[in-house]
Amino acid sequence: MIEIKDLVKNFPGRRVIDGISAEIRDGELFSVIGPSGTGKSTFIKCLIRLLRPESGQIIVDGQDIASTSSEFTLAKVRRSFGYLFQEGALFDSLTVLENVAFGLKYLTDIPKSDYPRIVREKLALVGLKDVEHLKPAELSVGMKKRVSLARSIAAEPKYMLYDEPTTGLDPVTTGMVKELIIDMRSKLNITSIVVTHDLNLALEISSRVAMLYGGKFVEVGEPAQFRQSENHEVKEFMEISHLSRK
Amino acid sequence: MNLAEALGGAALMLKSVAFWLFRSKFEASETIKQSVKIGVDSFTVTALTSFFTGMVLSLQMGQSTKNLFNEPLYVGTMVAFSMLKELGPVLTSIVVAGRAGAVVTAEIGTMQVTEQIDALYTLGTNPTRYLLVPRYLAFLITLPLLTVFADFIGVMGGCIVGVVKLGVPSSVYFDDIFTYLEMGDFMHGFLKTYVFAFMIATVSCYKGLNTKGGAEGVGKSTTEAVVVSMVLVMVLDYFISALLVAVGI
Repeated sequence: MIEIKDLVKNFPGRRVIDGISAEIRDGELFSVIGPSGTGKSTFIKCLIRLLRPESGQIIVDGQDIASTSSEFTLAKVRRSFGYLFQEGALFDSLTVLENVAFGLKYLTDIPKSDYPRIVREKLALVGLKDVEHLKPAELSVGMKKRVSLARSIAAEPKYMLYDEPTTGLDPVTTGMVKELIIDMRSKLNITSIVVTHDLNLALEISSRVAMLYGGKFVEVGEPAQFRQSENHEVKEFMEISHLSRK
Repeated sequence: MNLAEALGGAALMLKSVAFWLFRSKFEASETIKQSVKIGVDSFTVTALTSFFTGMVLSLQMGQSTKNLFNEPLYVGTMVAFSMLKELGPVLTSIVVAGRAGAVVTAEIGTMQVTEQIDALYTLGTNPTRYLLVPRYLAFLITLPLLTVFADFIGVMGGCIVGVVKLGVPSSVYFDDIFTYLEMGDFMHGFLKTYVFAFMIATVSCYKGLNTKGGAEGVGKSTTEAVVVSMVLVMVLDYFISALLVAVGI
């Protein structure tokens, strides 16, 4: 379980996260929505301490990582996370096989001889085959995202963080990524946190949705509850997203 | 970024490099890969630079002594002194800073702006361990070696001009070198290269890690890294030379 208490994060001249508290339960799919530039990516990066918050607590399975300076504590906690970056963040100089196997090398004790088999399995899980020898530059945007997802789940994390998983994708690939996120949760029982500005996606796949606005969660609830929210920002965001409240 | 901020940031980076150098498993394959990229790939341009530098030194020295004394004197000695003590290490460092230093900054900078550095953290490794330590080692291994080759090639270039253009027999050319040159003269230049290698690695890695602002930022960081490294090679060269002269090397 991840508990977030009074989380605050500033950038020069402005407060991006302003005292967020939340609890992400094991096995759930928690989405954070909001317009671009509201700090969704900042929030998700704080969760894994890629950004250091000014104050507050981030308790992952009982371990507070918000203020620790210990590289070893952070590395230990990060082992339980997978992270799908907005642009994939595949290593340009490595092949698909090396990219997907990267986490296996550093996060597990699996023998090197097993890497090709595991990589093929994870690639199959995201609907790819015979791409192991390709470099990221030879892949389409959608393929990059799927390879990145395969890399994130290779070491079988307990938590999966998705940063704008469908941004820049065509409708077909968006649907594919959506199914993958649902599959990761249902097949591998991974607790998932998705940040997205795609309200439609969030309401379809999530067990709970939170809206980030002005540095705070202005609404948190199950999709059905969320649709009925009387909160001004939520209503406005739904209208802009052309979604019916039913 | 002001100077104090840059120096503080570089100091923190060096602390991290020292920490991971002794605490983590040695990244042998990455170190070899970087050594090839930094050293082997810089060999041709280093060889060409030092060969022609040796040639022009020989021509100028020979012509000057010919004008003064009616015959070319001490050509081998002067070419070897110049190459081993100054031009070999300085020119090689400038070539490596311009070629390999730029590659390192651009590569790390691109990784920074495309979140690949963040991805390293999420995949169980530290960027210092995976990226910086192998590059520091590669610079420290390859730059001194390249300098030894550059010294040799420069002296040989000087010999060719001495024999063909100035009419100095090769036996006289090399006799001049071995009569007057001492091991300390070679060490004077050789020791400098470790300082230059360390400095180029620090500037290139630091600039790469602090890249911001997409492709434009990568270009800016790369240019800054090359300019700072080249200027520092010149500045450090004087102070290290003065120090080595003071201690008698």
